[in-house]
Amino acid sequence: MKKVLMGDHAVSYGVTLSRAQVIAAYPITPQTFIVEELSEMCADGRLDGRFIMVESEHSAMACVIGASVAGSRVFTATSSHGLALMHEMLHWAAGARLPVVMANVNRTLGPPWNILCDHSDSMSQRDTGWIQFYVESNQEALDTIIQAYSIAERVRLPVMVNLDGFFLSHTAEVVDVPDQEQVDAVLPPYSPEFKLDVADPHTFGAICLDSNFMKMRSGIQEAMDESGKAAIEVDNDFKEIFGRHYDVVEPYRLDGAKTILVTAGTAASTSRVVVDAFREKGEPVGLLRIRMLRPFPFAQIRSLLREADRIAVIDRSISYGLSGGLATEIRAALYGTEGSHPPVFGYIAGLGGKDLVPEAISEMISRCQKGQRPAREDLWIGVKS
Amino acid sequence: MTAPMTAEKELMSPGHLACAGCGAALAMRYALEALGPRTIIVLPACCWSIIAGPFPHSTLRVPTFHAAFETAAVTAAGVRAALDMQGKSDINVMAWAGDGGTFDIGIQALSGAAERNDDIIYICYDNEAYMNTGIQRSSATPNLAWTTTTPRGKLRAKKNIMAIMAAHMIPYAATASIAFPDDFVAKLKKAAGITGTRFFHVLATCPVGWRIPSNLSVKMARLAVHTNVFPLYEVEEGERYHLTVPSRNLPVEDYLKPQGRFQNLTAEMIAEIQQEVDRNWAKLNRLAADPS
Repeated sequence: MKKVLMGDHAVSYGVTLSRAQVIAAYPITPQTFIVEELSEMCADGRLDGRFIMVESEHSAMACVIGASVAGSRVFTATSSHGLALMHEMLHWAAGARLPVVMANVNRTLGPPWNILCDHSDSMSQRDTGWIQFYVESNQEALDTIIQAYSIAERVRLPVMVNLDGFFLSHTAEVVDVPDQEQVDAVLPPYSPEFKLDVADPHTFGAICLDSNFMKMRSGIQEAMDESGKAAIEVDNDFKEIFGRHYDVVEPYRLDGAKTILVTAGTAASTSRVVVDAFREKGEPVGLLRIRMLRPFPFAQIRSLLREADRIAVIDRSISYGLSGGLATEIRAALYGTEGSHPPVFGYIAGLGGKDLVPEAISEMISRCQKGQRPAREDLWIGVKS
Repeated sequence: MTAPMTAEKELMSPGHLACAGCGAALAMRYALEALGPRTIIVLPACCWSIIAGPFPHSTLRVPTFHAAFETAAVTAAGVRAALDMQGKSDINVMAWAGDGGTFDIGIQALSGAAERNDDIIYICYDNEAYMNTGIQRSSATPNLAWTTTTPRGKLRAKKNIMAIMAAHMIPYAATASIAFPDDFVAKLKKAAGITGTRFFHVLATCPVGWRIPSNLSVKMARLAVHTNVFPLYEVEEGERYHLTVPSRNLPVEDYLKPQGRFQNLTAEMIAEIQQEVDRNWAKLNRLAADPS
């Protein structure tokens, strides 16, 4: 059924269709609509789930970790400072190999206070063992939540679905809300191999100072590798039922492209318009949207970018003292290719809700086309001088 | 005890890693005796993270989840919610935390769970300092006690955690002692029949941190009760106080003198502690006398 939904509510629908059983959350703008709607859905019976309003984001993640290890399908949502507060528990969810699914509505961190979009929050959590998606539309937000449960439960790792604050969270779009029966067909009930069970008592997370610790950690990396394949399988199953799908990376007009833009989230939508304009002028420009950031799709990125002359990466966050995180990772991916590889021009833009307008993206492409090599690791676009 | 405990039926098996004379080990033994096999334990960072044993061994024969330091209550609440959704409301979910994880770093999550009246049994085994990291003061450390971070003695009173929990109007809160297992077990069995947040404050001696010989562990716990330093009582619905074990009203010095952590106390300091204990005891008796 088609509905006009804000991105936040599209996530809520995705969670309800996935039949989450325990939801714990704490309010933070621009996430709050997700859990408000879910509390309504639990209250009026649309979702047979327990909604717990806890005392902090740290507790929200701890609560769903407890519920997950006890065998329930769980959900939480957060943004910005809330995600930062959860940091310890993000490690815990992954270390305990629990298929927690969380929506993170991308928002910058203060000070100074700012509630608007950039990717500083989730980019800071790349090393915690969470699978990460960045979506571009409200439809994709809903669909990715459903896919996230399938992937998480197959590989026993948590999944973070990131959507741009306000650009998606508070913007209404037409969303095709799937039928429950169709979702049930791609997402069976959660039935973990191990859980807290008085009939089969086990201890989870006991101290381990020997080589088993290394084995458990390498197991997470193996599961990450597995999740890359699982994401593609889940996406194929999804396509069969729903007729739409999303690759882990999404190429746009890459045929013969000499300059390729790379970005994640809603910046890709604006970038498409800019790519079209360059193409109309006869300039071979293309776009690669990174949808899955963890595990990092090395193989796809290498094969799609290696033939280009230049790569322009738009980062909505910065690792201070280094460069944009996405640019750093694209460089790392290309370094692994044989022979020469194209130079990567990193652009820092759109921080704290700064609009990423077509003119700014055109400027990035033009600057990139002029230079043989980037003058520095990152160039800031839109800084008021 | 209604019957002597035997190794075969006990839910805490031999081979745990507690120090000799550990009050926390005894406390767990009694708790599992009372609550039985349909119990799930949530264990935040505390001495018991070690006592339970290293992977792949465990001294605990009930399902156990090791949780982050500050999350005992809310992790237990999550376990509870999942069990309820699976129709397993009869299973006890027991958060088992030390004084640091309860009085200090875990109090936010504990307060949240108590305010929501989450259906969990929360047991704080209080050894009155961060013993697992080597005897650093916590807000449960008593006035004038030595720790490695209070080299001249702590200069503030112990936080009144029972008053804090009672103020949440939870259905049941109780103190308990490893020296009075009958009282502890009876309270646990009573609590198991109540729905909502049930809180236990258990004094668990630590021979290493208190600087006492390990054979005095239970004796010190008993003296804490009989000197009114740690009275045994329960609070129902945050208001109805009942003293459960009569006190012998012994001088506080009997309790302080054998402990190395109080060895530098002057006569004036002991008198100060006696006054503080008398004040608290009188207040508790007033509360217990109030028919409301």
